[in-house]
Amino acid sequence: MDIVNGVLSGSRLALSRAITAVENEYDEAVEIMQKLYLHTGRAYVIGITGPPGAGKSTLTDKIAKDFRRQGKKVGIVAVDPTSPYSGGAILGDRIRMNELTEDEGVFIRSMATRGSLGGLSQKTAEVVKLMDAFGADVIIIETVGVGQSEVDIVKTADTTMVVLVPGLGDDIQAIKAGILEIGDIFTINKADREGIDRLNIEIEMMLELNPKEVNWRPPINRTIASKGEGIKDLMETIANHQQFLNESGELEVRRVERLKTELLAMINDQIGRYVVNKLTKSGEFDTMVNSIQQRERDPYSVVKSILASVLR
Amino acid sequence: MANETLKAGMQAYNAKVEKSLAKFPERKNLAPNRLYTPLDIEGFDYEKDLGFPGEYPFTRGVQPTMYRGRFWTMRMYAGFSTAEESNKRYRYLLESGGTGLSVAFDLPTQIGYDSDHAMAEGEVGKVGVAIDSLADMEILFDQIPLDKVSTSMTINAPASVLLAMYIAVAEKQGVSADKLNGTIQNDILKEYAARGTYIFPPKPSMRLITNIFEFCSKNVPNWNTISISGYHIREAGATASQEIAFTIADGIAYVEAAIKAGMNVDDFAGRLSFFWNAHNNVLEEVAKFRASRRIWAKVMKERFGAQKAKSQMLRVHTQTAGSMLTAQQPDNNIIRVALQTAAAVMGGTQSLHTNSKDEALALPTEDSVRIALRTQQIVAYESGLADTVDPLAGSYYVEALTNKIEAEAWDYIKKIDEIGGAPVAIEKGYIQKEIQDSAYKWQMEVEKNERVIVGVNKFQIEEKPIEGLLRVDASVGELQKKKLADLRAKRDNAAVDAKLAALEAGCKDENVNLMPLILDAVRAYATEGEICGVMRKVFGEYQAHTTL
Amino acid sequence: MDKRIRVLVAKPGLDGHDRGAKVVARALRDAGFEVIYTGIRLTPEQIAEAALQEDVNVVALSLLSGAHNTLFPRAVELLKEKGLTDVLVIGGGVIPDADIPGLKAAGVAEVFTPGTPTSEIVEFIKTNVK
Repeated sequence: MDIVNGVLSGSRLALSRAITAVENEYDEAVEIMQKLYLHTGRAYVIGITGPPGAGKSTLTDKIAKDFRRQGKKVGIVAVDPTSPYSGGAILGDRIRMNELTEDEGVFIRSMATRGSLGGLSQKTAEVVKLMDAFGADVIIIETVGVGQSEVDIVKTADTTMVVLVPGLGDDIQAIKAGILEIGDIFTINKADREGIDRLNIEIEMMLELNPKEVNWRPPINRTIASKGEGIKDLMETIANHQQFLNESGELEVRRVERLKTELLAMINDQIGRYVVNKLTKSGEFDTMVNSIQQRERDPYSVVKSILASVLR
Repeated sequence: MANETLKAGMQAYNAKVEKSLAKFPERKNLAPNRLYTPLDIEGFDYEKDLGFPGEYPFTRGVQPTMYRGRFWTMRMYAGFSTAEESNKRYRYLLESGGTGLSVAFDLPTQIGYDSDHAMAEGEVGKVGVAIDSLADMEILFDQIPLDKVSTSMTINAPASVLLAMYIAVAEKQGVSADKLNGTIQNDILKEYAARGTYIFPPKPSMRLITNIFEFCSKNVPNWNTISISGYHIREAGATASQEIAFTIADGIAYVEAAIKAGMNVDDFAGRLSFFWNAHNNVLEEVAKFRASRRIWAKVMKERFGAQKAKSQMLRVHTQTAGSMLTAQQPDNNIIRVALQTAAAVMGGTQSLHTNSKDEALALPTEDSVRIALRTQQIVAYESGLADTVDPLAGSYYVEALTNKIEAEAWDYIKKIDEIGGAPVAIEKGYIQKEIQDSAYKWQMEVEKNERVIVGVNKFQIEEKPIEGLLRVDASVGELQKKKLADLRAKRDNAAVDAKLAALEAGCKDENVNLMPLILDAVRAYATEGEICGVMRKVFGEYQAHTTL
Repeated sequence: MDKRIRVLVAKPGLDGHDRGAKVVARALRDAGFEVIYTGIRLTPEQIAEAALQEDVNVVALSLLSGAHNTLFPRAVELLKEKGLTDVLVIGGGVIPDADIPGLKAAGVAEVFTPGTPTSEIVEFIKTNVK
């Protein structure tokens, strides 16, 4: 199958196989990305994060349906953690999106974190690009906001939405530090629960302390996703942020920033891999590690000499 | 024997046992203590903890004489294929000495789809009988006098519709609603938590349930308006204490909903009934039945201030555990069911369904259903288990176990109260998670051979495929579709539309009791799918959210 | 390369008995597989489309209602229509022995009946996945 042409002509199977190639780091992944890259940059990317049980998948389902009513093609990447014990994972986000499965204008892919250090955000970004080249107008990345890697994933989005629910108690303290500062939009879901006003105040206070953007004050929405309540207002807020990004030039700024990060990561990754590969093959790597362990040499001068030989 | 002497005796016994353990090691993974003595039921107070049968707290049973008067109702759950086929099976069961009917509906009926709906494909008539309209219901109960039999219907989300059809059939037989006896399951909370045949979201579902309570208290006074079911919770993997705890928590939610709807607790509580599972561990099950009666009596009296004895009684239907039937060496299931029957009877059930040996493979044949019914009759007439009330009372082990299960259940009930009640605990996935954890633990114990299932992980044999299983004719779906087309052509469609429009308006007004409107639509031969369709339109559908 | 076996665990039809499906999903996770769990009441169309989007290696179907002879072959057929010819389809539930040859002829690779240890399912997948 010609995956590249398949993706460009809207083949769902080709897109699915391309994502697998990227996720499993198949050799052909680089070539696929190379050929598709110039067809990307058109989609609007929304990141949705929040603690477990906040109703992110249900909210994603409702948002996706609203975009569909606007005639937009939607891609969804749902990321769930891999079990540290077995390396396996249960990816259960689709359960709340089963209705979308039958809609040809929606493509949902579940991904496990697979414990890859740092590499996950890069993979997610690549999956987003594949969906972009496939023709998705809007791409939603949904992930549990519990750690730095999830925050990194969400950073690949144009608009980041943080979902919280009342009554999580102390959990919010831990979450606050990590994800509150990245939110462009806040949504308090399950807004029929007790404690909503307190949570609202808490978020307000956090925002006072962390003025992220001078020209955009993150709005706080209230929804009951399971009943579809508050979705209309939320969609308006999302549209407002998109408009703000476009009109203020912030979209360009963010995308350039992101590009820098991505490029740097790729350089680091590629050069690192190249060097390590070469040294491992020749057996030098083990010798070096050994000599450092024995305190015969220090790692700083070892790296310096490696660089010198690579750059020669 | 004074406690001090007893304690000393116990010490001496334990010392002796310690010595012999090296020579005679015990089996591993035994949950109960080695031995039970009066020390294990210290503070036991006969009048407070047990009382007399038919009296608070009903530990020993809900009637004064229990089975010395009448045996429990032998109620065999049955239904498959078309109304015609099921009607034949019911008449066969009644002729064989069955004393009550129990109707199994197929999944489309349980989920409010007519047989010609796309989602019904392949499912029509499979796990029960297909009922699309009053016309099918008339055939189902043809020549069965509804003023003489009591009928239990396993129907939940659309319980209101099927109850209305039953009332309408009775009208045609000339039997008024106040002469009807029976039960509808009508327990939506356990559908969300364990069984999966929900339709509407919790709020309108609870409204339908309280509408039924209210309607029946005035019009069908002998009807059991709900069968609050632990059976399926247990089948999904729960332990004995979880089964009764989660179910009683559901019961509390129903009572609260009815009180909130303005009803007086003593006006409806006497019509609430329960549904337990009779599992493999005989003595644990007996203790479970006893503990559950004691908990419910306390809940009703202390929490809800129920005055009438009837309101405090936990009356229970029981079914033997389907999930404990093995596909391997299916004849062994006859023995399992016999032991489970013994447990239910010693536990003091009011009615019982016994599973057939072939149900891990298919729906039961007539022959295997007969053996299952005979099992109950042998226990009733030959075993002596039914000859005295609550025969195991006073056993140190059974009383200690009853206390233990009660304590474990109370812990869960308190936890669920803290979460905000059963509906919230289900919404948060708490109850589902507890059940799943128990199910997974059980499975791993079996796979590690820490738990022996005879014929499955021990004492296996080479087996030939079983022959002569019941097969539901694949043409049932087509047959039902044709019946529907004929019905839609024949009936007064303008009348149907008018009744459905009235129902829709009623759905939108929370103060309206929907039962009379549903009854009107049923009488006009509106189909079940049409009626549920109207409610789906107004109420929306429940979306499951599973946590694993 | 960082390859994992991906399995879609689904319940076609209207049957709500998900104890088996959930136990199997957990066991597969504990065996190191990535399990996409889609829950109950799915149409064969939804299952095939989810399998396509998730690019799974295995589709595991569970059904206790007796509708397997209609719904399992339909799911296999739809997978093929979508070009997913290399997906391993397995089934489980209350399925009479007499139905198994027919299901296998329709493209279901193996049928696991009550009492099967989850380890057997894991081994079957490891041996037969393409």
